[in-house]
Amino acid sequence: MTTTDTTPPGVEDRETDGAADGRTDGRTDGTTDVPGGPKGWQFNSPLVLTMLLLAGVVLQDPLRGALSAPVTQSWMTVFVAVIVQALPFLVLGVMLSAVIAVFVPPSFFARALPKRPALAVPVAGMAGAVLPGCECASVPVAGALVRRGVTPAAALAFLLSAPAINPIVLTATAVAFPGEPRMVLARFVASLLVACAMGWLWHRLGRADWLRPPERPSWEGQGKGAAFWGSVRHDVMHAGGFLVVGAMAAATLKAVVPADWLGYAADNMLVSILALAVLAVLLSICSEADAFVAASLTQFSLTARLAFLVVGPMIDLKLFAMQTATFGRGFALRFAPATFTLAVLVSSLVGAVLL
Amino acid sequence: MNRQAQAAVLFLTGGAILHAGLTDLYLRYVKAGLRPLLLAAGVVLIATAIATVWYDRRERRTRTDAHADSDPHSDPHSHAHPHDHVHAHREPGIAWLMTLPLLALVLVAPPALGSYSAMRTGTALQKQPWGFADLPAGDTVRLSLVDYAGRAAYGHGRSLGNRRIRTAGFLAMGSDGTPYLVRMALSCCAADAQPVKIGLTGHTPTVLRPDTWLEVTGTYTTKRTKDPVNEGVIPFLDVTDAKPIKAPRDPYDESWNG
Repeated sequence: MTTTDTTPPGVEDRETDGAADGRTDGRTDGTTDVPGGPKGWQFNSPLVLTMLLLAGVVLQDPLRGALSAPVTQSWMTVFVAVIVQALPFLVLGVMLSAVIAVFVPPSFFARALPKRPALAVPVAGMAGAVLPGCECASVPVAGALVRRGVTPAAALAFLLSAPAINPIVLTATAVAFPGEPRMVLARFVASLLVACAMGWLWHRLGRADWLRPPERPSWEGQGKGAAFWGSVRHDVMHAGGFLVVGAMAAATLKAVVPADWLGYAADNMLVSILALAVLAVLLSICSEADAFVAASLTQFSLTARLAFLVVGPMIDLKLFAMQTATFGRGFALRFAPATFTLAVLVSSLVGAVLL
Repeated sequence: MNRQAQAAVLFLTGGAILHAGLTDLYLRYVKAGLRPLLLAAGVVLIATAIATVWYDRRERRTRTDAHADSDPHSDPHSHAHPHDHVHAHREPGIAWLMTLPLLALVLVAPPALGSYSAMRTGTALQKQPWGFADLPAGDTVRLSLVDYAGRAAYGHGRSLGNRRIRTAGFLAMGSDGTPYLVRMALSCCAADAQPVKIGLTGHTPTVLRPDTWLEVTGTYTTKRTKDPVNEGVIPFLDVTDAKPIKAPRDPYDESWNG
């Protein structure tokens, strides 16, 4: 019951017996996942969880005191807000990804996408337009696509384009920039270009061993229901944990770093584009809302604000954490800087032409 | 974190989200339009928790049955263990972090953003390309703070005239001691909330405590200032009367969401 896939069956049986009489040696996975029989003395996760929650309740008053300072309060508010806002979209993405993993056969994608990866990339990029939601939904879906045999180049183009070019985000952009309809067009063009370029770049330079999805249970041999809910549980807890990391980083930036340093960056064209691109990475705002923030950065040029809108949905702290969760650290460390550079370059060019 | 603990966290998180969505708590953090999605997410999380426990129990039962039926030593490749390899996967340790937002939401339930954030962020007043509608008839006109600020700053008060305006917001103090009345405008969640500020002049209350909600009545004045953070325009209101009020149900202005 606690063996790894490679463990010979004999060991498995020994362990089964061991667990029954309270023995725990031979466990390699470090978890305390022993459904057979209680173990009073051992730290297992339900016990730790109960203690954690109890400690929280007992220490409620001192905690509240420490948290009543304005800095910590606004930190907490932004932290909770990012999580509460992202959770529905994360859940949506995770359910979609579970549907893809369990109910959609791999042959479907083989038929739906062009055979040649170079052609599959723009098709997948355009398909991003139909996933309404923000970036939290697209990461698990792209992960499921890769596991379902979609060529990674196409899945990555989808990952990058979906949060930026879906109708909800484009409508929000139009509302936020009422006098500048070209902003919507520029955002659409630049985002789609970056997504396709990253897909093609991966196709030419990417190596399969960079893309190492973390081990996850295989759902083969289970009922569809068990597989579906197992996938949902695993992805919510896994991606959710990384989402918390990203939310903490974004809250820290919002609550601690003063906003007026931005004013110094606005004067120089190049510096202002880079500054807003970096700001987009740090703020980790939902792509449905970033247009309103961009609209209020009035001291910056439209091109710099376009860079903010193109970079934000593709790579930010929250997304980086979630990409690490889904595709592995080796992938995220290479993919994120490349995306950032390309997004800045393309949005500068598109801004120069269209805005 | 093993699967029972994960089920507990999922259940509690789903419950907390449902609770926040069913009360007005969620309005401190996200826009009102997200409510159906929040409720759906809460239900899905609870369903996931229940499904996890259910399949875990069923799996354990089939295993015990299988052990009773056949001698596992003689038949190591028995198909009575179809789920065993699931346990082989190391459950993600990062999942422990999911307890943090749970604790924050259940135990602390931090308040909506207030004067601290407002004074650190530049005013988000937007120039509107379309004009301003005429004010409704009547003695005193009730306007949202964002509406008044827009009319005063970009309509130069032309649509306001000498009408008595009543509006509400929370207090924030500028570094030079100027009292501002602020409403945070929100488009998705509190992470993107931005203040819209108006300055108060005239008969301002004598005791000014930041973050108290005020309903002020007054008239348009040409006085204006620049926000030190982003050089945005901050119009003023010549106050004749101010009284403290309860914070509104939705602390944020969501007029941008249409």
